[in-house]
Amino acid sequence: MALDRWIALVFVTICFVYGYAAYFTMDQLLPPFMQRNPIWPSTFPKVLSVLGILVGSVVLLGLEKPDPNADDSAPEINYRRLHEYKLGQALGLLALMAAYALLLRPLGFILATIGFLSLGAIILGERKFHILIPVAALAAGVVWYLVQQVLGIFLSPLPSFL
Amino acid sequence: MIEGLLIGLTTALSVTNILMVIGGCLIGTFIGMLPGLGPMSIIAIMIPIAITLGDPTAALILLAGVYYGAIFGGSTSSILLNAPGVAGTVATSFDGYPMAKRGEAGKALTIAAVASFAGGTIGAILLMIFAPALSTVALLFHSAEYFALMVVGLSAIAAFAGTGQVAKALMMTLLGLIMATVGEGALFNMPRFTMGMMDLQSGFSFITLAMAMFALPEAMFLVLNPRRADTPEEKSKEGKITGLRFSRAEGRAMLPVIGRQSVQGFFIGVLPGAGATIASFLGYAVERNLASTEEQKEFGKGSVKGLAAPETANNAACTGSFVPLLTLGIPGSGTTAILLGALIALNVTPGPRLMLDAPEIFWAVIISMYIGNLVLLVLNLPLIPYIAKILSIPRNYLIPFILFFTLMGAYIGQNNSTELLILVGFGIVATILRFADYPLAPLLIGFILGRMLEDNFSRSMQLYDGASFVWERPMTLGLLGLAVVLVLLPSYRKRRAAKRAEGVADGD
Repeated sequence: MALDRWIALVFVTICFVYGYAAYFTMDQLLPPFMQRNPIWPSTFPKVLSVLGILVGSVVLLGLEKPDPNADDSAPEINYRRLHEYKLGQALGLLALMAAYALLLRPLGFILATIGFLSLGAIILGERKFHILIPVAALAAGVVWYLVQQVLGIFLSPLPSFL
Repeated sequence: MIEGLLIGLTTALSVTNILMVIGGCLIGTFIGMLPGLGPMSIIAIMIPIAITLGDPTAALILLAGVYYGAIFGGSTSSILLNAPGVAGTVATSFDGYPMAKRGEAGKALTIAAVASFAGGTIGAILLMIFAPALSTVALLFHSAEYFALMVVGLSAIAAFAGTGQVAKALMMTLLGLIMATVGEGALFNMPRFTMGMMDLQSGFSFITLAMAMFALPEAMFLVLNPRRADTPEEKSKEGKITGLRFSRAEGRAMLPVIGRQSVQGFFIGVLPGAGATIASFLGYAVERNLASTEEQKEFGKGSVKGLAAPETANNAACTGSFVPLLTLGIPGSGTTAILLGALIALNVTPGPRLMLDAPEIFWAVIISMYIGNLVLLVLNLPLIPYIAKILSIPRNYLIPFILFFTLMGAYIGQNNSTELLILVGFGIVATILRFADYPLAPLLIGFILGRMLEDNFSRSMQLYDGASFVWERPMTLGLLGLAVVLVLLPSYRKRRAAKRAEGVADGD
């Protein structure tokens, strides 16, 4: 089964769960005065879940035939040969982003950002540390200054234990 | 009117006020380029400065300059990085980014600047002529009409339903609508589908989703396939900013688009609550339907018309949104609501009496709109080569920085690091969806319009105690009819073209 139909399967499953929540779990919580309204908080989700299951099934069962005249531009990346691309770098960067999200508060903005920018470039193959680290430090400093001092949005700069 | 114009000219052309326009446009453009800071937050940030000015005219001129600047700045990041920072510029990235990818970033930015200029200027002229009359029309729009207008806006997804892709585009729209139901609705005051997580109480944030759907997968694709950035014909253009100007033929193609969209965008902007976002999606949808079959194929792949339409429409709509603010004192959008707050703080009460009590404010703002648009054009055209150079930064530096700015955009809006994890999670999902050739724009359109759609629908259902408003209000019925036409027209045209190709007479 091709990837797009797997995705449709996941989507239909989500719609079933979503529809179950809308049909069977939401209405009991409704206070009596709201039950007189012609529309309930669950109305829109109920409609959406049914529509979602219908449309998802069309993709899942492959009912819609692709147009033979379509100028089928080859997909930009062939996912069946994903290992031939730089998958390691991509996964590394995603992990780095998650790490940044988790470490932003404990490490403070400046340290976390310098780390993120330099490690990101290192993952991509940059090895000129004498340029990289100063650039990262400068960027972190400038962005912090702009956001915190000029725009007045709070960003804690230092590690939480300081 | 002539008298008013003269008053406005003398006020707006003072040295301080011209400085205010220039300063406002500059600040707006530069801060607006950062994803995550839309016009609303920038104006909110500028309010303390505006109030210390003391002079309401100067303050309003400064804030209006910031507003246009921010909208223009927002299109820059949509075009260059596929990272729309404001909902109103999402449609800009549909054709602007493919163009930049072809190596025509300079041209795309020029088109955006010219289209914005035209939209803003024509909008200002319309504002001058129609402001008093339009304020009454805007009041005729009720939630039923807004609901219908959102449905028309959703018909823009037909533009992404490529051949044999209709079900996929619909599926993504539904996913967007489903995601919009997460969190507390405005009308029900009851958390839905939050799975008990506090962070989802207010729903997913637009900016996180926009970054995750557009900017992150794009960066991931650049990482996965380094050669993607430099196919042979692009390599020759790399580093050099070629094609800063658009050709005469392209200009001629753009002209009717700009004309139509500045009028359409303005009138949509006048309606409270519709605003630049709907105007840009609708503008895109309408222009795609009007284009010939040949041109339609270009849409989404870097069409000049597809870029000019939303850019013109969103700027014209921004100008239009001043109509209800200045004439009725009703803010039509979040941004104008903040402006209203600033005006009241400066002891000016916008409303029907503003034109009588303080004509110099009303007219000076209109005049400053012309000046502001001119300043934006003069300021930005020379800067475009430098802005476009962003793309020639070495890949090892550019990609971490793009990722960093998407993270910052999601973070500073909410100040919540869970938002960043949501961003990464959705980014992975969006990348997988792109592997399977699912269009992501419909998802975002569904998400943006979903909440407004549901709110207005529920409100009219409650007012009419049922769905009778659909046939009892002719304007609603008319708009819904238009939506049906917009969805069905492309397939009808295609079938007719196919029949013609077969040589079967069609009767026309």
